Amino acid sequence: MQNKLSVSTSPHIRHFDTTRGIMLDVIIALLPATVFGFVIFGWRAVLHVAICVAACLLCEFLWNVILKKPQSIGDLSAAVTGLILGLNMPTGAPFWIDIIGSVAAIIVVKQMFGGLGHNFINPAMGARIILLVSFPSFMTSFTEPLVHTVSSATPIALESTAPVSYKTLFFGMHPGAVGEVSAFLLLVGGLYLVARKVISPIIPVCFIGVTAGLTYIAGGDGLYAILSGGVMLGAIFMATDYVTSPTTKWGKAIFGIGCGIITFVIRQFGSLPEGVSYAIILMNILTPHINTLTAQKPFGYVKEGKKDE
Amino acid sequence: MKSKNLNVFTNGLLRENPVLRLVLGTCPTLAVTTAAKNGIGMGIAATIVLVCSNLVISLLRNVIPDKVRIPAFITIIAGFVSVVQMLVKAFTPAIDEALGIYLPLIVVNCIILARAEMFASKNSVLPSILDGLGMGIGFTAVLTLMGAIREFFGAGTILGFAVTSKFISPMIIFLLPPGGFFVFGMLVALSNALAKRKGKPIVEKMGCENCPAKDSCDKSTESCENAKEAE
Repeated sequence: MQNKLSVSTSPHIRHFDTTRGIMLDVIIALLPATVFGFVIFGWRAVLHVAICVAACLLCEFLWNVILKKPQSIGDLSAAVTGLILGLNMPTGAPFWIDIIGSVAAIIVVKQMFGGLGHNFINPAMGARIILLVSFPSFMTSFTEPLVHTVSSATPIALESTAPVSYKTLFFGMHPGAVGEVSAFLLLVGGLYLVARKVISPIIPVCFIGVTAGLTYIAGGDGLYAILSGGVMLGAIFMATDYVTSPTTKWGKAIFGIGCGIITFVIRQFGSLPEGVSYAIILMNILTPHINTLTAQKPFGYVKEGKKDE
Repeated sequence: MKSKNLNVFTNGLLRENPVLRLVLGTCPTLAVTTAAKNGIGMGIAATIVLVCSNLVISLLRNVIPDKVRIPAFITIIAGFVSVVQMLVKAFTPAIDEALGIYLPLIVVNCIILARAEMFASKNSVLPSILDGLGMGIGFTAVLTLMGAIREFFGAGTILGFAVTSKFISPMIIFLLPPGGFFVFGMLVALSNALAKRKGKPIVEKMGCENCPAKDSCDKSTESCENAKEAE
């Protein structure tokens, strides 16, 4: 009888989700937007994404080998980081900055802070900011879809002078980074993740809603604000990163609203055309505090002062 | 005796390097090291002030009353900083412009005050000068190294000469504050790794055991926060 009872410490019931499975779901969700980016931006887009994914996996592999740590490329988190970084690249950028971005994402932002689960900001987002600050001219050299050669500004920079129609924006036939152009396909990917219960819709809904609402209140075009630029990609795939977003429901709401407010403030009052990356990074840094402030009360918990009464 | 003096001198170079091991003077370290030239300029200016103030404070160590020693130290240091600032302004206006507010701020540079408090006020003249010289050279070396690294990656030049700037676009972030913190962190990590290899403890714990002045400290100084914490 005794041999049949296994004695161990909690947790006794485990969920079947694995890091690998979740990351695979994220990759599947990103595929439509990625393929669309390949089609409209051509081989340069394919190369950007391929180089980013390969370089991120290689960085992760080499780091683990050199520091004699258990190999972690199998959990696919580095592949997702690479994919998202690649999707954030403007097609006109030179290819060597992909490698610098990947090293920054995996080595500096992720592994130096302890690897998956310990990074304090989203690796792909951190790398994008590092590249944006370092090479501002490359990171804003977007190309026209299907033409592949003409470099032009993103619709978000053109809003006041030559706005693009909602339909063009929604389906993604406009200049931008590889994966940020098609709001429709990103939404499809987001719905897949929500249906698979990989992400909770709270953060994207709050983020997108607040950005649109504030822009509308300020007299701008709320719909234009969320369809152009990186709001969709950022809100659905980057702000929902498990490691760097709050775990509680209210925390997620605060996180999403904060991202929306900062994005709006940077776009409206800042000198930068786009504020999504900075908004996510700033809220990433606040995440531990949001978690602490919104911690759930344990069932049956009584406040210290009330116990005596 | 001679070897002890040599020891005092070499202390500041690596073993107790003020920037990397004692983590003092971080503000000028991060602020002025956008180019190797600025690092050298700042390092030399601070070294001159450090040696002179150590010399004078050591000479006056029995005259200065314990209760007002900090104001007295600051006054002495401020005097030398004024002299250095005028000299820099007169002979190398370019460096004066690059260092900006950080040149007069040498007055409150932690390294100089720390060496006055921990060393010069307790030791005779020759070791004090050597200590100031060693610490100053250690400070200059780290600032120059950091400036060179940031200048190389951030502008593609070293000491103003183009190295890679003609064919590779430099990473501007190295010239900005995040790059400064990054390079600083890397250098501290490197110095910790080197110290670990030699079997020396990493500087992270406070208390008298790890105090850089433990050899010359009688543990009775009121202001020694390390001693207080240890108690």
